[in-house]
Amino acid sequence: MTNNNSNINRRNFIRLTGLTGTGLILGLSGKASNATNIENLSAAADPFELGAFIMINPNGEITLFNSKPEIGQGTFQSIPALMAEELEVSLDKVTIKQTGGEKKYGFMQFAGGSMSIRSEYHNLRKVGAAAKEMLLKAASTQWNVPVSECYASEATIIHRPTGKKLGYGELAEAASKLEVPKSPVLKDPKDFKILGKPGARPDIPLKVNGTAVFGIDATVPGMVYASIERCPVFNSKLVSFDATAAKKIKGVIAVETCERIHEVYKTTGVAVIAETYWAAVQGRKALIVTWDHQGNETFNSKDFEQSLRDTAKKETGAVAHQQGDFDKAFANAAVKLEAFYETPVVSHSPIEPMNCLASFTEGNKLEIWTSTQVPGSLVTDFAKEYQIPVENMKVHTLFNGGGFGRRLYPDYVHEAVQLTKKIGKPVKAIWTREDDTQQGPFRPMTYSAMKGALSPDGKAIAFQHKVIAPTLDMKKDYDKSKSDETMTEGISEQKYEIEHMKNVYVHHYMPVPLAAWRAVTSTTLAFSHECFIDEMAYAAKKDGMAFRLGMLTKESDTKNVLQKLKEVSSWDKPLPTGWGRGVAQYEFFAGQGGYVIEVSKKGLGIKIEKVYAVIDLGTVVNPDMVSAQVEGAATMALTAAIKNGITFDKGKTVQSNYSTNPLVRINEMPKVEVHILTNGGDKIKGVGEPGLPPFAPALCNAIFAATGKRIRRLPFDINKIV
Amino acid sequence: MIQLNINNKVYEVDASADMPLLWAIRDLVGLTGTKFGCGIAQCGACTVHVNGTPVRSCSFPVGAAAGKMITTIEGVNEKIGEAVKKAWIELQVPQCGYCQSGQIMSATALLKSKPHPTDADIDAAMQGNLCRCGTYQRIRSAIHRAAEMI
Ligand code: FES
Ligand code: FES
Repeated sequence: MTNNNSNINRRNFIRLTGLTGTGLILGLSGKASNATNIENLSAAADPFELGAFIMINPNGEITLFNSKPEIGQGTFQSIPALMAEELEVSLDKVTIKQTGGEKKYGFMQFAGGSMSIRSEYHNLRKVGAAAKEMLLKAASTQWNVPVSECYASEATIIHRPTGKKLGYGELAEAASKLEVPKSPVLKDPKDFKILGKPGARPDIPLKVNGTAVFGIDATVPGMVYASIERCPVFNSKLVSFDATAAKKIKGVIAVETCERIHEVYKTTGVAVIAETYWAAVQGRKALIVTWDHQGNETFNSKDFEQSLRDTAKKETGAVAHQQGDFDKAFANAAVKLEAFYETPVVSHSPIEPMNCLASFTEGNKLEIWTSTQVPGSLVTDFAKEYQIPVENMKVHTLFNGGGFGRRLYPDYVHEAVQLTKKIGKPVKAIWTREDDTQQGPFRPMTYSAMKGALSPDGKAIAFQHKVIAPTLDMKKDYDKSKSDETMTEGISEQKYEIEHMKNVYVHHYMPVPLAAWRAVTSTTLAFSHECFIDEMAYAAKKDGMAFRLGMLTKESDTKNVLQKLKEVSSWDKPLPTGWGRGVAQYEFFAGQGGYVIEVSKKGLGIKIEKVYAVIDLGTVVNPDMVSAQVEGAATMALTAAIKNGITFDKGKTVQSNYSTNPLVRINEMPKVEVHILTNGGDKIKGVGEPGLPPFAPALCNAIFAATGKRIRRLPFDINKIV
Repeated sequence: MIQLNINNKVYEVDASADMPLLWAIRDLVGLTGTKFGCGIAQCGACTVHVNGTPVRSCSFPVGAAAGKMITTIEGVNEKIGEAVKKAWIELQVPQCGYCQSGQIMSATALLKSKPHPTDADIDAAMQGNLCRCGTYQRIRSAIHRAAEMI
């Protein structure tokens, strides 16, 4: 198959490099121990297995390797850009190849946690700088001039006094024989040509003309298709199935069972395998399957939500963080507030459904083509699980048609791998949209019991955020004396100076498959946290901005974000009648962002008039991509706030497709004005997630300002604020 | 055998008449730029033109497409389509890119019928195309930009 973004195998490599020598190949090693060394791999038989990042061919071709899956966040530009900047080549003159979990590319070979730039910013710049220094040295030796008289520009080394030039290709062979510099000198950021500039993404032309290859587009000769019936009632067991009718459908070639493995959640499904995907789907409809629901058919959202409320009342929870003496301060306070916040279960719903093409061949070899956020762990975990030597594993990381955390989990890969092993042919298993919506894994809801106290002069003196939720790892036997870091994410990291604080976590088991979702638990906790801060502000008779800034006497990024929001939104300027504005910010593991949102009353509903976003980054690689990520995060946050989300009844998911689990459409999405705080320095913060958490609370705080209606439960109907 | 004219090329496909056009295009003809998202005409990822009109190929039987002129993303090359693609690159519209073939097919059809669409026209014509990545505001700007270029 021809893939613009597939891994190069050895055969391609030989073709690519010709017979004259390999040129200059540099990689990184020792990433697992965190001590990163740049290595010269020019003489290696298989530079890919050794983690090549830069390859300069004697014919002048330059290849840069991207170790972070492209899920829409732009790593296909931002990661190679780190090397290209130091190497002095422009991105449109290089070939970018996606790595496939090869062991030596290290354990950071994933896209998640807004980590891509944070983990590679220094390492990959160093590789680029090292290659440049070797090329400079090779040229100066050839010319017999001091290296200080030479400089690099546009893939060429130039001798300043004479204007003599040598291309990187001409120097690659000689450079490859030199020692790798131990500590290459990095460019001064003021000389950057690519980093910090709004560079064009090299994957975009492919995504505009239909040639980008996503996981679902992978094909290999002899491939067959699978569609898998899984029990709609969670935690059911397969009893038996009758495939007689299914096998009569033209094109159906086999019916086999396979196990879906999602962490501790394991269920067996029945796969119909056929010559075309359509035949597989038809065959699946003709299956007769008997399931044992094991008593799970009674699970439903209504009762479950009530049980969360009951648990909130009954249990004190485990302490996540405390300072001062919250209980005493709250008991003695002049003004006390309490509120209960509720959020929904939601789906990831990337437009590309889960899919995987797997081919298990003789000699215990496994090849996988898929959209995944975790190529690194696919190699190691599947090698272990299926007892395949790591060197027999080959993963092709294709463009992801959306990740959002869903593709951190390889349940769909497991199914395809089992099926190819069973039938001895390459199998492409594709989930239907209904499978995707109904089977999860889902972002769990969190419920929050909030308490706050004010001094008589309106100063916040005590605060409590009590979280009631399951854990993401779905463990039933949870040690209730312990708090869970993920489920209390960010609530104790906010910079507000409140003397007495006690945040707690109450575990409440939920019997459905769960997963991290873009910005994880901060997406629900920021809502309760920042709306309640707003409630305290109103109780203190202050506006939301002044109240927050009043609790930030020390310098902090939070203070900077709020001040920037205040400025760009002209916070103090009066609004037309019927309008209201709200503010919210949230700091968590991925980074930090905030919003000011303005709304107006429109009949029974409200209209979002203006959205101002601020994201705090420190160092920025591509400001245009940062804006795009915030625009996207805001859209995802709006869907989670106003669309119905996922509910359960009779042990099953109620919603099935975009008709019943809708996403915000173009006509519903306001424009988002993005401002980036780049104070420079060594600080690097995440981009993909921070735009999400503060959106819903800023919106709901604005709605309160416009209507006096306090929204404490998501989702809500934006066309009917009652 | 069903004869399909896709991007001015004739293909013979061995499919039952009720197979959705989407799967004939992707799996039998091998043009994978047209995407599967929902299968029930809800997301627009599978949008192609049949005799110049945008249709959701996941819900359009291949039998009904026989003898008609089908255009997929790979065949978008006339003046309006080129302007749309150019504007999409200029404004860096795609994120994951998966929905974008469908977005471009809908946008091209819109600009053919309305060379200077208003925001309301864009809302009406583009509502059927979901984007989970949230590229809507760039899609809007890119349509206006393409209109300027034509
Ligand atoms: S796949 Fe056809 S509209 Fe979604
Ligand atoms: S760009 Fe990802 S779904 Fe639209």
